[in-house]
Amino acid sequence: MIIALEIQLVAIVVSMACALAGVFLVLRRMALMSDAISHTVLLGIVLVFFITRDIASPLLVAGAAAMGVATVGLVELLRRTHLVREDASIGLVFPALFSIAVILITRYAGSVHLDTDAVLLGEIAFAPFRRFEAGGVDLGPRALWIMGGILLLNVAFIAALYKELKLSTFDPGLAAALGFAPGVLHYAFMTLVSITAVGAFDTVGSILVVALMIAPPATAYLLSDSLPRVLLLSALIAAIAALAGFWTAWLIDASIAGCMAASAGALFLLAFLLGPERGVIAVARRRERQRWEFARLMLAIHLLHHEGTAESTNENRESHLGEHLRWKPAFARRVVREAEDAELLLRLPDGRLSLTATGRDAAQRAMAG
Amino acid sequence: MDILRDLLFDYTLRTVALGAATLGVVAGALGTFAVLRRQSLLGDAISHAALPGIVLAFILTGAKSTFVLVLGAAIAGWLGTLVVMTVVRHSRLPEDSALGIVLSVFFGAGLVLLTYVQKLPDASQAGLDRFLFGQAATMLERDIGVIAGLGAIALLAVVVFWKEFKLLSFDPEFGASLGLPMRTIDILLTTFLVIAIVIGLQTVGVVLMSALVIAPAAAARQWTNSLAVMVLLSALFGAVAGVTGAVISSSAQHVPTGPTIVLAATTLVLVSLALAPERGLLWAAVQRRRQRQQIRADAVLADLYALAEHHEGEHAHEVSVLEAMRAGRTDVRRALGVLEERGLARRSGADAWTITGTGRDEVERGGE
Repeated sequence: MIIALEIQLVAIVVSMACALAGVFLVLRRMALMSDAISHTVLLGIVLVFFITRDIASPLLVAGAAAMGVATVGLVELLRRTHLVREDASIGLVFPALFSIAVILITRYAGSVHLDTDAVLLGEIAFAPFRRFEAGGVDLGPRALWIMGGILLLNVAFIAALYKELKLSTFDPGLAAALGFAPGVLHYAFMTLVSITAVGAFDTVGSILVVALMIAPPATAYLLSDSLPRVLLLSALIAAIAALAGFWTAWLIDASIAGCMAASAGALFLLAFLLGPERGVIAVARRRERQRWEFARLMLAIHLLHHEGTAESTNENRESHLGEHLRWKPAFARRVVREAEDAELLLRLPDGRLSLTATGRDAAQRAMAG
Repeated sequence: MDILRDLLFDYTLRTVALGAATLGVVAGALGTFAVLRRQSLLGDAISHAALPGIVLAFILTGAKSTFVLVLGAAIAGWLGTLVVMTVVRHSRLPEDSALGIVLSVFFGAGLVLLTYVQKLPDASQAGLDRFLFGQAATMLERDIGVIAGLGAIALLAVVVFWKEFKLLSFDPEFGASLGLPMRTIDILLTTFLVIAIVIGLQTVGVVLMSALVIAPAAAARQWTNSLAVMVLLSALFGAVAGVTGAVISSSAQHVPTGPTIVLAATTLVLVSLALAPERGLLWAAVQRRRQRQQIRADAVLADLYALAEHHEGEHAHEVSVLEAMRAGRTDVRRALGVLEERGLARRSGADAWTITGTGRDEVERGGE
């Protein structure tokens, strides 16, 4: 069971690191940059491997991260020509770099022990078998140390540059005017994203890095308006997705990374549908309530308008509302009943509707705007 | 000429090249609309989202026929785009986040299903490899039938709904004000984009299929401002990229077809960006240079005019004077050459120049 525990720990650490970096990707509308970066880091790894010929070299991570930043730069360069829009420039840059990587790997497959499958899909289940040892002492899975370090790096980066990140995310113009160098910060942040993506794709693969980077922050963004809360919530949601994914995979004996992505998706769906403020259902219910509230107010205004006039015997009747407000009889009946319940009006013995003091007050206030 | 002979008589190459060309035409034509509508990355999301559909189609029918798998892919890809549209419509998430979620979560779900399938006996062939990277070399004539058949439907739809798709791409609000069901048209166009993408998945693979939607269209955009021309050019570029990729990968060893097609398409984009008239980078650079020359020449002309004002009759002015007036920052001789060409100044001495009547008129007209 110690292996299962270690896998879960790695899964949680990976998800949380990705989620923290992802918050700013989502808020800066650069979500798909994670997709681009997680693909092009492959080229960085291949190129560095050709130079060092060592698959365990720490330079691989550096090369991969550099390629991630280069991707951002190339996309920006292409966009600046104003000949292609941003979405198209992302879609042009990363498949091209990725293609070069795939061709290099296929062509020199004999000499490269790089497996495109492993890169794209990762296998977190093997994480416990690659140990980190120091002086002959086993200190746990290597992935746990690497991703733990990257998680700390993310936390430190966000904590140290919180104010700058926040400002340049929500008001880049002001950030530039105040001398916060949003450009420098942008590339520093994209370096962080690249490092996180490289570390994570070793365990979950490049495509699911996107799920871990985007889904938990997007879920948190649906649930809260405050940046610190969104950060905390995404980390929490990421951890839940990791655990749920692990146990689902355990139960049905399927890909752990796939289950983690699917769980993150399921959590997003829950928030999208059931979110207390912005969920689809909450919004629909609020709209429905407002519809009736508005109808009651309309009724009160209508009654106020004709109150005390000669035609009030005729106008201020439930049966007349269909003609005047174009309400169907069933709708009118319900509005009148609810208005009665809310003590906005009284039904006189002769069937006329008469405003109460509360009703008159509400109608007058609505008219005054 | 070897290549031409191979294209005609080598069965494998002929099949692959024909299939890749067909794919290029369909993806290029439909991709035009995606690029114009700033939905380039929708193709990326669709192609990833197709995975669970393919695996489910395999699980449910047990069949590996191209048509069934493509159908499964299409349904999943289509559902994926509907989810993107719904999320964007009903939440405050920007489109890129919605695309990212659909892309990765659908793919993750597909991966889960796939690991499930791989435990079934006799399932090894529904390999993920093929889905991810494509395997053009194993394409059969039967597959081309499926590609060409579905592709023809998508192309026919573009012709039939030309007016509607054009309106959707450029002014959907106007379309809505005319009473056209723009949302339905949107879903319709997306459906055919889905078809264009899923038929290519097993040839060029999921990651690279999205490039085949974007690159030909982005290249075609540089050469024209007309939608019809752009669609035709984009289809042509797609076909060229397909055939080029197929030929290169067959003539060298260990060069996969899908990535080669993508690089061929990317090359087309780079060439177009550089060379296209009116928009291209080279064109713009030449234009800028010409403008700069013009401004310098105008400045020298103004100097000549000012000098002439201070002298009676026709008077020749030394180049060194003009150079001093420009504070040595302008190549005065070159500017004078330009002015002479346009008949605004003329040489009147060894190293001296005079403004002409036309030159005066020009300055006075500009001075108003």
